[in-house]
Amino acid sequence: MESASHPIQVGGSLKLDRGAGSLPGWATWAVLGGSAAVVAAILIAAGAFTVALTLVFGTVLSAIVLYAWSRAVEGPRRALDRVMTLWIAAAFGLAMIPLFSLVFEVAKRGIPGLSAEFFTSDARGVVGGGGAAHAIVGTLVITGVATVISVPIGIMAAIYLNEYGTGRLRRALTFFVDVMTGIPSIVAGLFAYALFELFLGPGIRLGVMGSLALSVLMIPIVIRSAEEVLKIVPDHLREAAYALGTPKWKVITKIVLPTALAGLVTGVMIAIARIVGETAPLLVTTGVVDSMNTDPFNGRMQNLAVYAYNEYRSPGVMKQASYDKAWAAALTLIAIVMILNVAARLVYRRYKTEIR
Amino acid sequence: MSSSRWLVMVAFAVTLALGVAACGSSSDETNGGGSSSGGEVSGEIAGAGSTAQQAAQEAWIAEFENENSGATISYDPVGSGGGREQFMAGGVAYAGSDAALATEEGELEKAEKRCEPGELIEVPDYISPIAIIYNLPGVEELQLDPETLAKIFAQEITSWNDPAIAKDNPGVELPDTRITPVNRSDESGTTQNFTEYLSEVVPSIWKFEVSGDWPVKGGEAASGTSGVVEAVSAGEGAIGYADASQAGELSVAKVKVGKEWAEPTAEAAAKIVEESPLDKELSPGKFTIAYELDRKTESQGTYPIVLVSYLIACTKYGSASEAEAVKAYAEYVVSPEGQELAAEQAGSAPLSSALTKKVTPAVEAIEAG
Amino acid sequence: MSPVDTTTNAGQLLAAASGGRRRRGDRVFSRTAVVAAVTILALLAGVAIFLISEGFPAFTHSAAELPEGKSFLDYVAPLAFGTVLAAALAALVAVPLAVAVALFITHIAPPRIALTLGYLVDLLAAIPSIIYGLWGIFVLGPAAVPVMKWLEEKLGFIPFFEGPASVTGRTMLVAGLVLAVMILPIVSAVAREAFAQAPRRLQEGAQALGATRWEMIRMTVLPFGKSSVISGAMLGLGRALGETMAVTIILSVSGAVSFNLISQANPSTIAANIALDFPESSGLAINALIATGLVLFAITLVTNMGARAIIARSNQE
Repeated sequence: MESASHPIQVGGSLKLDRGAGSLPGWATWAVLGGSAAVVAAILIAAGAFTVALTLVFGTVLSAIVLYAWSRAVEGPRRALDRVMTLWIAAAFGLAMIPLFSLVFEVAKRGIPGLSAEFFTSDARGVVGGGGAAHAIVGTLVITGVATVISVPIGIMAAIYLNEYGTGRLRRALTFFVDVMTGIPSIVAGLFAYALFELFLGPGIRLGVMGSLALSVLMIPIVIRSAEEVLKIVPDHLREAAYALGTPKWKVITKIVLPTALAGLVTGVMIAIARIVGETAPLLVTTGVVDSMNTDPFNGRMQNLAVYAYNEYRSPGVMKQASYDKAWAAALTLIAIVMILNVAARLVYRRYKTEIR
Repeated sequence: MSSSRWLVMVAFAVTLALGVAACGSSSDETNGGGSSSGGEVSGEIAGAGSTAQQAAQEAWIAEFENENSGATISYDPVGSGGGREQFMAGGVAYAGSDAALATEEGELEKAEKRCEPGELIEVPDYISPIAIIYNLPGVEELQLDPETLAKIFAQEITSWNDPAIAKDNPGVELPDTRITPVNRSDESGTTQNFTEYLSEVVPSIWKFEVSGDWPVKGGEAASGTSGVVEAVSAGEGAIGYADASQAGELSVAKVKVGKEWAEPTAEAAAKIVEESPLDKELSPGKFTIAYELDRKTESQGTYPIVLVSYLIACTKYGSASEAEAVKAYAEYVVSPEGQELAAEQAGSAPLSSALTKKVTPAVEAIEAG
Repeated sequence: MSPVDTTTNAGQLLAAASGGRRRRGDRVFSRTAVVAAVTILALLAGVAIFLISEGFPAFTHSAAELPEGKSFLDYVAPLAFGTVLAAALAALVAVPLAVAVALFITHIAPPRIALTLGYLVDLLAAIPSIIYGLWGIFVLGPAAVPVMKWLEEKLGFIPFFEGPASVTGRTMLVAGLVLAVMILPIVSAVAREAFAQAPRRLQEGAQALGATRWEMIRMTVLPFGKSSVISGAMLGLGRALGETMAVTIILSVSGAVSFNLISQANPSTIAANIALDFPESSGLAINALIATGLVLFAITLVTNMGARAIIARSNQE
């Protein structure tokens, strides 16, 4: 930490005090460790020891001790700085606990359910056993179709907003894209269901209905991120191209898009990662089935999210096996999302064009 | 095209190829076992309904698909109410329901209408006791008479060491824990059967309307049979009602019948159905066989909190392959083999031979081909 | 507007030389872009028409015909209350935490690991909601039971903790906390962007004058990022309002409007109610559910617009 400088008279709120000295570098850690030990000892003596309580009270005690010690040695301002840093770090730690707990629990409960069978066979003809291959393939197909629908429309709309749009259509589109981001996922599902029910009768369940519902959720995300990325492409690139006589559409496809490509791909992958785990819209649109189905236009299609929900909610005869599979499906979903996220960032770093 | 664009396209192509390959491998799987008798059925049909029947349906579907590799059956356990709704709307080919189609709200009419020009089929296919499950560490055996049971679920008795419970359980040390009654939050035939029992046997205490929706607010509400089982497992002092086949390791209470304390066994459940008459009002057609259970029975060896779950179908369907598949599946479900399988896998009581004799002509009336 | 500058000679020559083909290419492309824009508006209009037309019957029919025999207002009021309560709870917990997380990553953590920490927090956003639901019911719920018991004992006089504490942990408190974890990464991502872009000169100036790091943050970074944090909070709030699966799985729904956060009798949220009831509904009940969807959509819209207004106003300052 910075050591005190000689006092300077400054007006207003920055009153510099006569900082006498400073705490040794190990001070914070010592206080933390000491407080934890003291609190743990008290708790054990009282018979109420848990890790959680130790952490909570240990942090509180550390804050008090650190403040008192620092105030005595370094002065009140620096003491406040130390304590606030402690609190912020503690808050960060607190925020990280759910993340680790989530990943840990899903891994712990999901790994028993993983097996070669899980990935290669569907649940057809097997009671309490079988795999989730049909669900995995279903997720890929439904998400794939949703991507094929959303990405062209979304990117073209972003191009419109950024390169062409003027006046009322542009303002309306911006406003409504905002509105679209607020559509609850289940409403999107109901919409897709109602649309198909209109033409194909009640009780219809198709993979492509799920894709439509997911598209409604995906398009605004794609548009927003694409718009941001397109905005960053500097105008001087475009102007240079125009000056050379390039038609506008070529400027966009040959200059703007390639420059923004890394960001666009990242945005698309993040959008895919967002919707790949959506359950609610798929519950009402794609149905439940044991068998493999790769045709989105024909018949019910299972997918990982609905599969996990079903195995949890209706475990059937062999309950633990079903729960294991639900967690395994959840683990697979997280893995897919993580892979997509990491791939998105790698693509971005590898392919982004440095703009000088 | 730039190299990065190729890279992205290749990645997607590979992913899709993997998917197709996985598809190919599993459809090449030969499902061994089960001789395929001549006349294998193919086609895809969907059913929906009761969560109580879910374990049995799973077993039936698995075995049926093993013997008919071209057939794909799906059963969506959305709850008895949902199954009936989807059936009446024509969304599914068959439904599983813990309660026979009712005359209120014109359910029976709507179902008959859906089946036109054919006729409605409604037959029992799953008989199972409803267990009273509870979670009270230290109390292995629990006995409850109908009055106490009703008061607990009506939230009039709120503590486990209440004198009424102590009276039913002499010599058992009951803790001072609060009772948490767990009920179904979704519309359920299990709820309907349980509330029917309570309102018939102790109407002075259970004054609520009998329906698939749980009438008492303020309890712990869980979705689906497994939801109730989970909630009871997780909560100390919790008590709930669920299909006995799903009770798992939870403790089950004995209920007073006459002078005896009855356990929820398959035999006891079958016995009470045997002793019950047909419900004439709900069985108007040739192929509708709905029972009016005599829940007030005091005869030995019966367990009156029982669930008779029905298979609902039509005699005629739009397409020949659909009709054929439904007929073959329904015939399997009510056959002795099918019922044995359900007893084994789901703990239900197989249809008695007398019942099977009544039920088989109904499903054979489905016009296939 | 011609893409080629025809005020110069060169430009005129070029325009003349390849005129036809270029203009057609331009027309096709720009038309496609416009078509895309219009498609989206059409899609949105479709959703709006669907919501309004399917939901409308619920507004006009009498109470006796609607589910639960209540008027539509009576039906949706507890649901709307539950929705807003859960979301508000989530925002209350998530926003301060998110600000702290953002500050930690941008100003306190060593720069080398700051990037990794950012990825970790973003990972929270990537976890599907059904997993949050399972985690809530199997991990957080049971862990919260002793905490809720303690709250009932010590703070039971506050209406929020009136109890009796649920024994399974499936309460509004747990649902709100799970929602908070879900929206934390959204708010923190926006806050991080803002804090990272606080003007370096101001920050360095403060430090040069001898301000401690906390004072610098308080004086330069926080005021700068205030409007972004608010917009991030609104974004998170929007997400929490519409969250379906996590709440559906976690909440024990058996009550009416109540501020009691730790009991087993909770009002449902609009989205969870639709998910639970839709499979078994038909006729007017479906219309009623869709009408509640419309109400939810309206609530989310108002929240989003409020956010925009606040940002616009603070941008003007």
